[in-house]
Amino acid sequence: MRRKEGLKSTASLRRKEVKQLLRGLGQRVYSDLDNEVFPELLFPSRSVGNIVYDEGLKQYILGKSTVRRSSQNIKHIRPFSQLVWLAYFVNKLVQEGKTSTLRDVFYSAQAYNVEFVDQDESDEIITDLEAVLTKAREDFRVYPEERSAIFGDLTIEYTVPGYEGKRLNLSSHPDGYLIGPSLSTAEFIDTSAKMVLAVEKGGIFTRFVEEKVHKKFKALIIDTAGQPPRSTRYMLKRLNQELGLPVYVVTDGDVYGEHIAMVIISGSANAAHLRELTVSSAKWVGVWASDLLKYKLPSDPMTENDIKRAQELKRDPRYRGGIWQRELELFLKIKRKSELEAFAKYGLTHITDKYLPEKLREAKEL
Amino acid sequence: MANRQVAFAEISPSEFFYRNRDLAGFSNPARALYSAIRELVENSLDACELFQILPEINVAIEEVERNIENPDPKPYVVTVRDNGPGVDPRHVPNAFGRVFFGSKFLLRQSRGMFGMGGTMAILYGQITTSKPVSIMTSFDGNSTIAFDLMIDIQSNRPIVLRKDSKPGDGSTGTTVKITLEGDYFRAAQKIQDYFKHCAMVTPYSKLTYVDPQGRVLVFERGTSAMPTAPEETLPHPYGIDVEAFRRLLKQSTDPSLLKFMYSNFHRVGPKIALRFLQFAGFDPNKSPAELTAEETVALVEAIHKFDEFLQPDASCLSPLGSEILDAGIRKELQPEFATTSIRPPSAYSGYPFIVEVGLAYGGRALSPGVKLFRFANRIPLLYDEASDVSWKVISEGIDRKRYHIPPDAPLGIITHVCSTKIPYKTVGKEYLADRPELERELKNAVRDVLRKLRGYLTKKGSMEMVKRKLNIYGKYLPLIAKFSTDLSKAKRPPRYGKLIAQRDSRREAQRRIEEYS
Repeated sequence: MRRKEGLKSTASLRRKEVKQLLRGLGQRVYSDLDNEVFPELLFPSRSVGNIVYDEGLKQYILGKSTVRRSSQNIKHIRPFSQLVWLAYFVNKLVQEGKTSTLRDVFYSAQAYNVEFVDQDESDEIITDLEAVLTKAREDFRVYPEERSAIFGDLTIEYTVPGYEGKRLNLSSHPDGYLIGPSLSTAEFIDTSAKMVLAVEKGGIFTRFVEEKVHKKFKALIIDTAGQPPRSTRYMLKRLNQELGLPVYVVTDGDVYGEHIAMVIISGSANAAHLRELTVSSAKWVGVWASDLLKYKLPSDPMTENDIKRAQELKRDPRYRGGIWQRELELFLKIKRKSELEAFAKYGLTHITDKYLPEKLREAKEL
Repeated sequence: MANRQVAFAEISPSEFFYRNRDLAGFSNPARALYSAIRELVENSLDACELFQILPEINVAIEEVERNIENPDPKPYVVTVRDNGPGVDPRHVPNAFGRVFFGSKFLLRQSRGMFGMGGTMAILYGQITTSKPVSIMTSFDGNSTIAFDLMIDIQSNRPIVLRKDSKPGDGSTGTTVKITLEGDYFRAAQKIQDYFKHCAMVTPYSKLTYVDPQGRVLVFERGTSAMPTAPEETLPHPYGIDVEAFRRLLKQSTDPSLLKFMYSNFHRVGPKIALRFLQFAGFDPNKSPAELTAEETVALVEAIHKFDEFLQPDASCLSPLGSEILDAGIRKELQPEFATTSIRPPSAYSGYPFIVEVGLAYGGRALSPGVKLFRFANRIPLLYDEASDVSWKVISEGIDRKRYHIPPDAPLGIITHVCSTKIPYKTVGKEYLADRPELERELKNAVRDVLRKLRGYLTKKGSMEMVKRKLNIYGKYLPLIAKFSTDLSKAKRPPRYGKLIAQRDSRREAQRRIEEYS
């Protein structure tokens, strides 16, 4: 086990940065009011027309157009107030080290005489605040309900109230640990892992744990539970950046699997206002369309929706060139898809004994 | 007239009306009670208006025998007292005790023709109860003369049963008391409606009504402005028929047809008269007395073909005008918004007419939906609404969506048609025929008031928007201040009062809307 120097401060640094951003926002609004000027906020527009693909960053980012939300405008004053309230609310969360869910935010507003019509409206304001601060909502302690899991030799130290200083090794419980607020904000203390394996589904995650993939491959195993939630992508990003671990993505052999890998690497259009959720060096291990042929995997015909989705992705700038385009074209040519479980045809351990080592070698060369 | 019909038994006008009382609105005891009140009140109003006296009219209905057990129909005494000019005692027997045809051809707007309706009520009372009518009138203020009269129906002559005189109190006026068989139970609602309508169309009058139970309904005067009394005019050529033309010829002393044409007709001068006679192929110098019956018919036919006669002017009409109509609407309906539209004079078949339309919106008196108030020569029309041209106009001719008026909006539409001859569809005088000229004028006026209502509603809508805006700033700015103070860790709340004060101009606007409505 090796100890990484200087890691401990990362989470607290981030917390401090968010606090400063929130205070800065408050100060701007306050001083405008105090100078008897209607306060306004300028932030990048998230309209479809302003979501552009950045070739350099290899991800979707927001373009140059901005939204001016002014409290003078009768149509803006309500969302403006909601935004300032949200900043106030999450500032309390950050100060007190508490977390909240998207649903909580919707209900909490009512106590402050700031009402949201429905959760869609409050979710929208949360995304607005992300755009204003250019921080993910997890940074200001708002989490979605959905959670994925992590397992492997990683010692963390909690920073959440009541657990400060408490440490845990993430290989202590074979079902893995939920990637929730306390794990997302924990400091990374120590690890022997050399890589991160992100798998699409719980069944394969459990198989990997049982087959001791974490030991054989010196890997941290993450269950993305389908398209990974942002807290999971954020966790992947931290593992990659703070611990320098390469990330490999293992998905089903279909276009949706390919897209899970793509979102981890290049981000989603929905989060184009955020830059801290992508792991551009991550590799898609498979299952590729070519693997279906190469490993003679049992497969099903693609549905009409599958084909439609494949054609959509073919036009997406993120899929230009490389294996991305090649595999999409092959999916469309063979019009078949397969699942990770299909390797069971060759015995339960085939996937970890044979497929994974071969594909990891191949992926590293990409 | 009667002496020419040698082949038939003579029939007096009284007898004629006695036999045809259904036509005059006395078809049953309920309708008769209502019609009697209406005719007497209208005679009083006509008299007051002609003399520019602010009317004050008291009406009472009493049971002859005070017995609740007696079912309707039963005898009632109807008393109508006015503060009008009074009637010269010498004329009282003929004015009230005889069905009277005027021989004049002059026209002017009035409610009834020659007071015939009043006499009809007296006649009806007499034939159902055999009781005389009592009339008390003060003509000069010095003395009050009381008459008890009956009508000799067969000979159409008044019979004076009693005539008393006592010193007057200096005021003028007439009281008419009729005993007649009526059905108050069935007529009560219409009678009450009649007074309400009447109060709306004559806001310069004070009406007091005491019903058989002794309940008093008072309609106070809402304005002291009165419509100007109409002038009398000659008949217009387009309105003339062969019989009327023949009578004009008979009484004429004019030496030539030319002079006859330009002396006896409205808006016909020598030039037009000459052109007309040339058009009709008659010698302008021919003596009117020499015209044969065939020539008379040919001449009248030519009148209706000649299209150069000028339209009648409206000096013989007495419209309410927007001020009085508006006062009446506001007084009786207390609407949130009221407006009027007065059309310029128009004419049909040689009879001038003016359409006046009022609109009331909202307020406490109106319920959702459209309520139509119809008037003709200031007479409320209460029966057969669905057959009336006004109903046709508002129910078919108008696309309310175009005026952005909500479907359930509480609307009152008041139509007043005044004319020297109201185009009633039946002798019952309850609804107007859909003459195209009349329909067009009504449509234009109704559209005009609806446009004004749309303007008001739009303005009100934008004012309410301003009001909402004010509330929104008042709600959210303090919240923004509170949260940003906390976020920025400032020691005191920001001073942003001016931002809300800037909205004062909008408060101003808000006040204006309250004045507007």
